[in-house]
Amino acid sequence: MKIDLTDTTASKINKALVQGRRAIGTPAVGMVLTLVIVTDEENAYDALKAAGDASREHPSRTLVVIKRVSRSPRDRTTSRLDAEVRVGADAGTGETVVLRLYGEVSDHAQSVVLPLLLPDAPVVVWWPVNAPLDPANDPLGALAQRRVTDTYASEQPVRELSSRADAYTPGDTDLSWTRITPWRSMLAAALDQVVCEVKAVEVEGEEFNPSCELLAMWLADRLDVPVKRSLSSGPGLTAVRMDTDSGPITLDRADGSLATLSIQGQPDRAVALKRRETAELIAEELRRLDPDDTYASALRFGVERLSSVPAAAVRGAGAAQAAEAAVAKAVQAVALAEAAVAKAEETPASEASPESSTPSDSPAKGESAGASGQSEASGKSEPAGKSEASGEADEKEEAAAQEPLKKAAAK
Amino acid sequence: MPPFNVTEANPLRDAADRRLPRIAGPSGLVIFGVTGDLSRKKLMPAVYDLANRGLLPPGFSLVGFARREWANEDFAQEVHDAVKAHARTPFREEVWQQLIQGMRFVQGTFDDDDAFERLRSTIEELDKAQGTGGNFAFYLSVPPRSFPVVIQQLKKHGLADQTPSSWRRAVIEKPFGHDLKSAEELNKVVHEVFAPDQVFRIDHYLGKETVQNILALRFANTMFEPIWNRSFVDHVQITMAEDIGIGGRAGYYDGIGAARDVIQNHLLQLMALTAMEEPASFDADALAAEKTKVLGAVRLPKDLGRDTVFGQYAAGWQGGEKAVGYLQEEGIDPKSKTDTYAAVKLSVDNRRWAGVPFYLRTGKRLGRRVTEIAVVFQRAPHSPFDTTATEELGQNAIVIRVQPDEGVTVRFGSKVPGTSMEIRDVSMDFAYGESFTESSPEAYERLILDVLLGDSNLFPRTEEVELSWKILDPIEEYWDTHGKPAQYPSGTWGPVEADEMLAREGRSWRRP
Repeated sequence: MKIDLTDTTASKINKALVQGRRAIGTPAVGMVLTLVIVTDEENAYDALKAAGDASREHPSRTLVVIKRVSRSPRDRTTSRLDAEVRVGADAGTGETVVLRLYGEVSDHAQSVVLPLLLPDAPVVVWWPVNAPLDPANDPLGALAQRRVTDTYASEQPVRELSSRADAYTPGDTDLSWTRITPWRSMLAAALDQVVCEVKAVEVEGEEFNPSCELLAMWLADRLDVPVKRSLSSGPGLTAVRMDTDSGPITLDRADGSLATLSIQGQPDRAVALKRRETAELIAEELRRLDPDDTYASALRFGVERLSSVPAAAVRGAGAAQAAEAAVAKAVQAVALAEAAVAKAEETPASEASPESSTPSDSPAKGESAGASGQSEASGKSEPAGKSEASGEADEKEEAAAQEPLKKAAAK
Repeated sequence: MPPFNVTEANPLRDAADRRLPRIAGPSGLVIFGVTGDLSRKKLMPAVYDLANRGLLPPGFSLVGFARREWANEDFAQEVHDAVKAHARTPFREEVWQQLIQGMRFVQGTFDDDDAFERLRSTIEELDKAQGTGGNFAFYLSVPPRSFPVVIQQLKKHGLADQTPSSWRRAVIEKPFGHDLKSAEELNKVVHEVFAPDQVFRIDHYLGKETVQNILALRFANTMFEPIWNRSFVDHVQITMAEDIGIGGRAGYYDGIGAARDVIQNHLLQLMALTAMEEPASFDADALAAEKTKVLGAVRLPKDLGRDTVFGQYAAGWQGGEKAVGYLQEEGIDPKSKTDTYAAVKLSVDNRRWAGVPFYLRTGKRLGRRVTEIAVVFQRAPHSPFDTTATEELGQNAIVIRVQPDEGVTVRFGSKVPGTSMEIRDVSMDFAYGESFTESSPEAYERLILDVLLGDSNLFPRTEEVELSWKILDPIEEYWDTHGKPAQYPSGTWGPVEADEMLAREGRSWRRP
């Protein structure tokens, strides 16, 4: 059953939901969570379809927030909310409300979403595209226990991983991470089969696929060995090679579905490692709603520590490692600063980078970030807190960058 | 969920990493009686579903053993058909390709030494080709009379020998004997060959999500446990009803009967979970300790003739189909005294349950297929409403629906809308199918995975089996020597004697 509401409000939508449920004769609600999908018109259909499929495992109320583009100044001053309420067979196993926000109200989507959340049930926000840089401080993200982003869908996936690491708040998660669960599980199973010590790892996959970086970072974080990231033409991840003291272990998936696991001294085995649909990813994501510490730890390892330097340098003297880490952190800081100034075009990125390449300079950098944040704030009211937030992040970063130095000194 | 017990030294494993599933270590499964119904409808699909969910190790091997003249390919085809017809998850070619590499078939009878030699060389070959590491579970999906010979053959051909780095496990299905004596004999036979902790007795009820949920419901919440005792509970009814007759199982069923087939294992296990005290932890030992304690405290009624009923289905109509009576079924002795319906009243002698009767009933050809546990509460000690207002108010109840339509129902009184004060029973439902759809794995999936992981939480132990027989044996003896089974028309809820049994105490059976 479908109810269309034009120029409406949240309370009218709530009424329509009750009315719809009554009409189809199932007033009882057994839904376990509210899933908020924030997207544009272009991606709404696919996202909604995936959410509908996932709702077979997790009956939920799905709220699709579509911010419409206003094309003329007059459009921008008017504000309108349209809603499409679907219950029963039209909405998977739960209920769906598609919200279209026009004009000013699109900057206040949380005011529409808040009254429509299920009482006492967890809230998950999913951005299929255009996720905010700091999901936890986004007005919609702040309503949620779990914030799902997808770096794979972004313009510069690998760089975005760094900003995800900087902004990480417990409850954040990314579909690029979800995509590699079968790989991680198979690699763990491979190490169940042989008692060995891993010396080095190579992760091979297509370019611009952050899953490869995440897998590499996870391996580096867990195994504490150098991990090299190399490129192939895909699809997706193609191979992981582990160099161990009892011979190489290779998990090779050339065709995107059936992989081969080779362990020295053991026969080659075929293992199913199919690339999964978005619906399956979302279903996995909704299975646990507690913070994913393993993701946090892998993410924070830092993309830059992966492949940029030859393996020997990382494994060598602690000093080299520390220096490398410091550089890596600095690069991250650049990324953050860049991100902050992205909208305030007058500050060129090249100016920010020499300042922040030395960790001791970070107050100055904090200022620059703050300044740009302010210049942005004059345009919009939303990022007022941003200058502060990025300043804080910088401080943390500085501390983090100095830690390896201390370690190196101890060594 | 218990912590990972696979290779703790593995640096990629971390208890905090809860996305990584519990994957079984390198291993294989050997199924005896692989051509049987259970194997085709439950075991093979469960193996596929596990593989599809990525829970089986790479190189997992499945060996079928049966009399039929099959080549490996025929066996694979048979598994393929069974999987397509009965698997829970969608068929995916790449999963199948992974599984098929480790599929073998060994042709032979149970007394054929050559066949067991071939089985041994197959296993050795799989260790080399698939890296199963010598870890094999033997699933005995065979008639009880074949247990001893298969077990002995496994021993004779060195198939049950574990090395320090590998395991061999035996999985056996009910019935675990037909009385205490035979159960003890069976245990002796099995334990001679396999260590007690390597023997897994499958009671598939315990693999069901709803049954595991009994523990969650009782011990993870605060609102149920305070009233889960004699101060508030009036009585407990545990029902397992089937709408089918004995079908083609005359040979197995006659002489066994409903009580041995169902009460001894399923219903007494459900009762133990419902009545037991909180275990110190959720590990196998602590759980078994509590279940054993409560089964040890079960007391039989003094007058077995009064408080137990056994019956047989007579001809009648069941769900729109004409059904013959038990005595008219093909292959049944017309003078058979086997019970197809059994109802017993038990009590538990401890502080929590003193004076609270537990009514257990099971039967074939009853109204519909249903299994449920109903905890029925006492009436309110005082009611401010006058009797006409509460005329339609029954007793409060919490019903755990085990199957089908898994879930929990709470029944309580509510005012009927209107100007007069009238209170009527309403029910509040939690349905698994509604709150967590489709994610519930089949009982056999869970149990097979647990066998491969060596996790014995959900498997009844020797002591539990023997205690259950101690409860049932006197009842069976009494029925053997007193009277004959009450007849009940097919498609009804059992003999009138069973209704009278409860009516004498001012109670009545729920219509499930």
